[in-house]
Amino acid sequence: MRAFTTHQGVAAPLIRPNIDTDAIIPSREMKGVSKSGLADGLFAGWRYLNERERILDPDFVLNQPVYAGASILLGGENFGCGSSREHAVWALAEYGFRAILAPSFAPIFENNCIRNGVLAARLDAGFIDHVAKSIANDPQTTLLSIDLPAQVVKAPDGTAASFEINMEAKEMLVRGLDAIALTLTMSDQIAAFRDRDRGLRPWAYL
Amino acid sequence: MAAPQTLLDKIWAQHLIAPLQGPDALILIDRIWLHERTGAVALQSLKSAGRPVLAPAQAFCTMDHIVDTRPGRGDATLMPTGQAFITATREAALAAGVTLFDLGDPRQGITHVISPEQGVVLPGLTLICPDSHTSTQGAFGALAWGVGSSEAEHALATGALRVAKPKAMRVTVNGDLSPGVTAKDLALHLMAALSSGGGAGRVIEYDGSAIKGLSVEGRMTLCNMATELAAFSGIIAPDEATFAYLKGRPFAPQGAAWDAAVEHWRTLFSDEGATFDAAFTFNAGEIAPMVTWGVSPQHAGPVTGVVPEFEAVAHRDSRDSYDRALRYMDVEPGTPLSDLRIDAAFIGSCTNSRISDLRRSAAILKGRRVAPGVRAICVPGSSAVKRAAEAEGLDRVFLDAGFEWREAGCSMCFFAGGESFGRQERVVSSTNRNFESRQGPQTRTHLASPETVAASAIAGRLADPRALAAS
Repeated sequence: MRAFTTHQGVAAPLIRPNIDTDAIIPSREMKGVSKSGLADGLFAGWRYLNERERILDPDFVLNQPVYAGASILLGGENFGCGSSREHAVWALAEYGFRAILAPSFAPIFENNCIRNGVLAARLDAGFIDHVAKSIANDPQTTLLSIDLPAQVVKAPDGTAASFEINMEAKEMLVRGLDAIALTLTMSDQIAAFRDRDRGLRPWAYL
Repeated sequence: MAAPQTLLDKIWAQHLIAPLQGPDALILIDRIWLHERTGAVALQSLKSAGRPVLAPAQAFCTMDHIVDTRPGRGDATLMPTGQAFITATREAALAAGVTLFDLGDPRQGITHVISPEQGVVLPGLTLICPDSHTSTQGAFGALAWGVGSSEAEHALATGALRVAKPKAMRVTVNGDLSPGVTAKDLALHLMAALSSGGGAGRVIEYDGSAIKGLSVEGRMTLCNMATELAAFSGIIAPDEATFAYLKGRPFAPQGAAWDAAVEHWRTLFSDEGATFDAAFTFNAGEIAPMVTWGVSPQHAGPVTGVVPEFEAVAHRDSRDSYDRALRYMDVEPGTPLSDLRIDAAFIGSCTNSRISDLRRSAAILKGRRVAPGVRAICVPGSSAVKRAAEAEGLDRVFLDAGFEWREAGCSMCFFAGGESFGRQERVVSSTNRNFESRQGPQTRTHLASPETVAASAIAGRLADPRALAAS
């Protein structure tokens, strides 16, 4: 998995509560039995005036030239709620987003981010609004800086805020670890647990 | 004496293989469900990494997310490239040795309908599925939660997941639901009261006389919508009703093994004095049939009421988001909800497609007709529910009323089967999400109980089912 330590990039604001994974990637945009080929369908319902012909809506934030190449998304409360589809994170990552900053995340989405090397950082809503305002004049040159080891986001005007992330998630991201490979190193422990548990809860084993 | 434990504490302790950093732990996973939207991706990814499935007998796969639900269906679906997902999942599931409930199998259906039917979910188990509505199965006292595809891969390969222990929240519902008010209305009432972030990351244990009074199928409807509260999951302590539902199911223990299991399951409840991170209490008697008026399940109110003013919801919504919701739904504050004319009515989904849901809707539809111009569709949650309904003649009631009668699957809850409702059509739906464009591009969804959907289909506008039930 791609490691995440520090990152500096263009931030794009999409600050609405309850942005759901159907909005991030509609079901009709998940066209291949694959984790890729999804960036084109990212926010399809909002990004395109005509989805079929891919006519861009010039008002949508990601279609505005000043936010071109955005790699940090500023979101609202309960970001990523709804369907568990990991395609939402695959689409965001493929589009180029390395980090999502929001006051809160839906739990499945947050976990999907970590498993794909995307930072989901919980930040105070007031700071996110402040960041959006501080970059609004020239997003292309007023870049946002994220330092995961220090758990700090720094706005271009110098103001900074620390964010929450649990230790395990932080280490996975910073070291770019493959969770399955890590757990497979504990296979003996898992097998021993299963053997003991089979005696206690035989009905759990088929 | 040991400190009092919550139901979550007990299940967690029984599955704790090893603590990891901070609140994280390596937790044993007892059951894994897959479906054709992500099953093939997960299994193929494991195969290419050379990682076998640890315990294929504990993994199950169904076809529900993409399959067509029109009568006489096969692998073909209106969804572009949909068939590739079906055939790839079938091949991958068979190769991995997981139990597959394929198209044409009498056991096929929506995961959270067939898992209990088959006795795959049992009290005290950990169960995961790459589907957010896995919380449904918490109705059996299992710790069941939705995950992404990567976590499904992880559990398949290792038999375990790395999870931060969620906090516990208790929702006590006292009293009894009034006649004509159902588990779905309770779920929507809780959405409006607690908000879409109200259960953030927690396991919500539902308790109280109203919960004990719910049928097992009603409990599933309630737990189904825990995920809409941003909860980790929902759970209800198992009781005699739970055991009676599961006894004799194909994958449930039998004979002496059943007795031993039940003895263990009777210990699965929150101890007196157990501490919860948060607790809320409600009175079931105050709840009326509910419908949503906006684009989040928290945008819910009594069907007898009006579209609220911003001030009434300002504590959990921004002005911008409220205005956007009203614009999208084409409604205005103060408009009686029962004035809203509908274009379509949908009964189905993992929330409300079980036999009791169909019986209650059919009781309202019997001898009546859907209003002219309203497209009405009923999609049983499983092939078994469909057969049971047909054996009782419910299919005739739906068809005679003007409903389409479908094969089992997720269907038009979203884009399953490649079908959607039309642009800006107003749909009353027994499903779980009224998100923008969820049921079709620009479609306007109003969530409700199956009987409210049935009553609305007849009236041609949102309607209180109690009026029809009484007549």
